[in-house]
Amino acid sequence: MINITKREDLSKQKGIIIRIAAIILSILFTGIFINLLGYNSIDVFYNMVTGALGSEMRLQKTIVKAIPIAVASLGILVAFKMKFWNIGGEGQIMMGAMAATFVALNLDGFPRALTLVLMMLAAFFFGAVWAFIPAFFKVKCGTNETIFTLMMNYIAIKWITYLQFGPWKDPNAGGFPKIATYPDNAVLPEVFGINIGWIITIIAAVIVYIFMNHTKKGYEISVVGESLATAKYAGMNVKMVIITAMLVSGGLCGLTGMIMSSSIEKTLTIYLSNGIGYTAIITAWLSGLSAPFAVISSFAFAVLIQGGKFIQIALQVPASVADMIQGMILFFVLGSEFFTRYKISFKGQKGGEK
Amino acid sequence: MVSFLCAAVIAGMPLLFATLGELITEKAGNLNLGVEGMMLMGASCGFIAGYITGNPIAAILAAIIAGGIGAAIYAFLTITLMSNQVVTGLALTIFGTGFASFVGKDYVGKVLPDTIKTFFMKVEIPGLSDIPVIGPMFFKQDIFAYGGYVIIILISIYLYKTRKGLNLRAVGENAASADASGINVTLYKYVHILIGGALCGLGGAYMSLVTVPVWQEGVTGGRGWIAVALVIFASWNPVKAFAGSLLFGGLSILGIRLQSMGIHISQYLVDMLPYLATVVVLILSTYKSRKEDQPPKDLGNAYFREER
Repeated sequence: MINITKREDLSKQKGIIIRIAAIILSILFTGIFINLLGYNSIDVFYNMVTGALGSEMRLQKTIVKAIPIAVASLGILVAFKMKFWNIGGEGQIMMGAMAATFVALNLDGFPRALTLVLMMLAAFFFGAVWAFIPAFFKVKCGTNETIFTLMMNYIAIKWITYLQFGPWKDPNAGGFPKIATYPDNAVLPEVFGINIGWIITIIAAVIVYIFMNHTKKGYEISVVGESLATAKYAGMNVKMVIITAMLVSGGLCGLTGMIMSSSIEKTLTIYLSNGIGYTAIITAWLSGLSAPFAVISSFAFAVLIQGGKFIQIALQVPASVADMIQGMILFFVLGSEFFTRYKISFKGQKGGEK
Repeated sequence: MVSFLCAAVIAGMPLLFATLGELITEKAGNLNLGVEGMMLMGASCGFIAGYITGNPIAAILAAIIAGGIGAAIYAFLTITLMSNQVVTGLALTIFGTGFASFVGKDYVGKVLPDTIKTFFMKVEIPGLSDIPVIGPMFFKQDIFAYGGYVIIILISIYLYKTRKGLNLRAVGENAASADASGINVTLYKYVHILIGGALCGLGGAYMSLVTVPVWQEGVTGGRGWIAVALVIFASWNPVKAFAGSLLFGGLSILGIRLQSMGIHISQYLVDMLPYLATVVVLILSTYKSRKEDQPPKDLGNAYFREER
């Protein structure tokens, strides 16, 4: 008879080992799948890794890709720690990018540093506002935040589409529906050939780490996530905790939008975020909701995405293979969490149990 | 006007199947955010099976199986391994999207054989189709849509008039109590999540077999997410889900219609309406006191017997 019991005493090491085993299993599994479809899986994986990391330029591209995923993951994990399922990262990113664009296009001629700081503040603020709305209704009437944040994504994207095709259309683009390109003073400078988004990422990771692990608010957020009853019993202002966490979460996603619009696109388009808000949920989850690991898992995902693009050109293997691998890894890691939380023991029939 | 209503029904059909699928899943207490993924799996497999065999039944079966497989992965992870439902559902959407564009890559732009196109041609139901407005709207549709009507009726009867339907609702409301009264919670969850996945697969197949009989990547265009919202909009009621699907289907084509009529309101703002409507419904539904309008109480919680 199989017996499942809850585990209380899992060492951190064992948890990590189980996770790594899951990732290895998922890669093996996808490998078999790729072979079944008539490709050489070793070739595919090798080309993915070299395509993402094989040269200085490729590595730079991969890091550029990793930056927005990492910052958004940091935002997502703050909300998820509270078991507030913020899947509205996508919309918060777009609204942040919108605010940054507004500043960038209207403050032409300001000093670069000042413009960039104002853009960041505006983006953080608008991302936070976009997250505040579902958080407010959650604490006021107990609405389901998953669906609410999801709907906010669509509203944001339709709103940006409206701006791009309507009031914000660049009159100098010859009728082409695009928003004007940023002036130079609104573009993030580069350090070591990569936009300074990577420095922002590291700073944000350190701040989120300290916030979550060494401040009262951060502690309260995890208590609310662990047990609402405990939090209330301990006299915490649960509503304020939820609002604060969502403001931080949305703000960081908004900041992601600013980094993306100011470094990669140098303007705002409806395709700016293109699913980063969803990818960040996965990377945040894979990191076990820890800030330093979120940066690492974001980088790993950037390798997958960048590598996926490379194999498309090098081996004519569709980039969607990378999507499937992402899904597969996640399935295995989610499945493996069972073994970190529960213990399975096999008992003989004789033991008197049925 | 009638032509607009007809188009609204067609636009609403994929939503209807997917919404009913998610509704059944949520009645079993599981929130599956993988609807978009399962729809795409159904759409791609249905199309490919139809393209190769030229047999519409084979196409539909393939869609059902593909959606079911997606749901099976989700069910195994969330029920047996008790993983987080939100994240598992998202993973399924990512996986399904990748899967569909991968298996469909050789079929982009290919057109379905005529055997299938004629099979899904509009069929008038004698008598009923002569009723003004309602006739051409509902009874001059394709056979797939008629199947949708049948499924609404079946699900409504099943949920509210049968013992098994009652048991299912009990599982969704309070898995522990259901278990205590002798209902096999795990089995109920598995079966209904699989049925839900199959319906989502059908919803996707409607897009790739009927709406546009040409394969294109991302053919469902985010409808799976609208379906998740529609379940709430419909307050977990299959008949309201039908009304909601028609309304959202209509709203999704309203922008273009208004433009062709010379009314100059931005299409993109009109496109926003379904989502705004969902948010409003979401907020209003928390004020409703009627019990049947509330989500299943145990929605989103993994059931572990020893934690009762």
